Amino acid sequence: MKLLTHNMLTSNIIKGVTKGFPLQIAATDIKVTEVDFNPDFISRMISKVEWPALCEAAESIGHLGDLPKELDPDYEKNEEFLKKAHHVLLEVEIKEGELICPETGRKFPVTNGIPNMLLNEDEVGK
Amino acid sequence: MASGKRPEHKGPPELFYNDEEARKYTSNSRMIEIQQQMSERAIELLALPEDQPCFILDIGCGSGLSGECLSDQGHMWLGIDISQHMLDVAVEREIEGDLLMGDMGWGMPFRPGTFDGVISISALQWLCNADKKFHSPPKRMYKFFSTLYASMSRGTRAVFQLYPENSEQLELLTMQAMKAGFTGGLVVDFPNSTKSKKMFLCLFAGGPSQVLPKGLGTSSNEMVNKIAYSGTRDRIKERRGKHPKKSRDWVMEKKERARHQGKKVGPDSKYTGRKRKVTF
Ligand SMILES: C[S@@+](CC[C@H](N)C(=O)[O-])C[C@H]1O[C@@H](n2cnc3c(N)ncnc32)[C@H](O)[C@@H]1O
Repeated sequence: MKLLTHNMLTSNIIKGVTKGFPLQIAATDIKVTEVDFNPDFISRMISKVEWPALCEAAESIGHLGDLPKELDPDYEKNEEFLKKAHHVLLEVEIKEGELICPETGRKFPVTNGIPNMLLNEDEVGK
Repeated sequence: MASGKRPEHKGPPELFYNDEEARKYTSNSRMIEIQQQMSERAIELLALPEDQPCFILDIGCGSGLSGECLSDQGHMWLGIDISQHMLDVAVEREIEGDLLMGDMGWGMPFRPGTFDGVISISALQWLCNADKKFHSPPKRMYKFFSTLYASMSRGTRAVFQLYPENSEQLELLTMQAMKAGFTGGLVVDFPNSTKSKKMFLCLFAGGPSQVLPKGLGTSSNEMVNKIAYSGTRDRIKERRGKHPKKSRDWVMEKKERARHQGKKVGPDSKYTGRKRKVTF
């Protein structure tokens, strides 16, 4: 799971959970892979990303690097900034670990890079 | 399709799509070609802004065949599927998208406005079945469509290629989608051909009103489409048993042959046999 996905993922499908965001990450295996840099895509995604949650997530797994915690208001023109965002959003991947619902503490296992968001019958909201 | 043969009747999807079934999605070249053709058509129906890399959700992504078509067109995608085996095959195939295991009937677990488009190939009909005692298909459909609607950017589209069992299923799906806020409807390609008829539920998530695209082989240009279509059928027939032209397997075979002939051949990598991306 990439941190981009993490930034979009919620646990609000659980009964009673209102926001379910951001999920806490407990990672046991992290992999960094190289992904083609596409400044247009990163710019567009930054407009959707919850920046503080991204920084918090990256920091919690020790991969914040030198990504500024303040979003540069001119990020679209700042290639260096976009490259750092690209790295954190797309190149850092959680391979094994758990995601934890901030409201209920429910744990979602991550195996082989895939978070398991399946619920039990009694957890499903109406 | 005879009722006894429908995969949805053989058991719940997480069991039906076992390792053996998942393997077909990497080894059966005819099946791969069909899934990819439908994926390309679904992406076309999304009518994404030109030359803009988008973030797309692929529902029932399976082994990532549909996702690869998105990657080829320069988009980033997130796939969700209920079958561990299908997802494991996707990881094995080194797809560029990201993956989640989840059941669409329990809702889409994403923040509002996340996606620029949604595709789903040959998966939605699974939602019409009650695989567990406590499953209520209409409720699961509504839950699915309403959470999906919220997770999409306003004015974007969700396109589902599906195999409904009967018109009641189709009506129920459409009704629940509309109740959840979507507009749009059904696009049928080649409606007069039993073999190549394909259905796409094409849904619009708010925004300015949009016109439902026309199905192929339906309008005044029917002749043109028919001819174009029969061309592809012959091509498929001709290559049956061989790997589809330009596919990874086809390229690998060709390279192997060249190596045997002592020719100089580039090393194989995960990019072998890939379409070149449009550069942005
Ligand atoms: C015919 S396969 C198609 C896979 C892929 N879209 C393709 O075109 O190659 C249907 C897929 O839908 C998935 N599926 C079925 N029911 C589902 C559900 N309730 N939630 C998520 N995925 C589901 C299956 O696991 C399977 O991978």
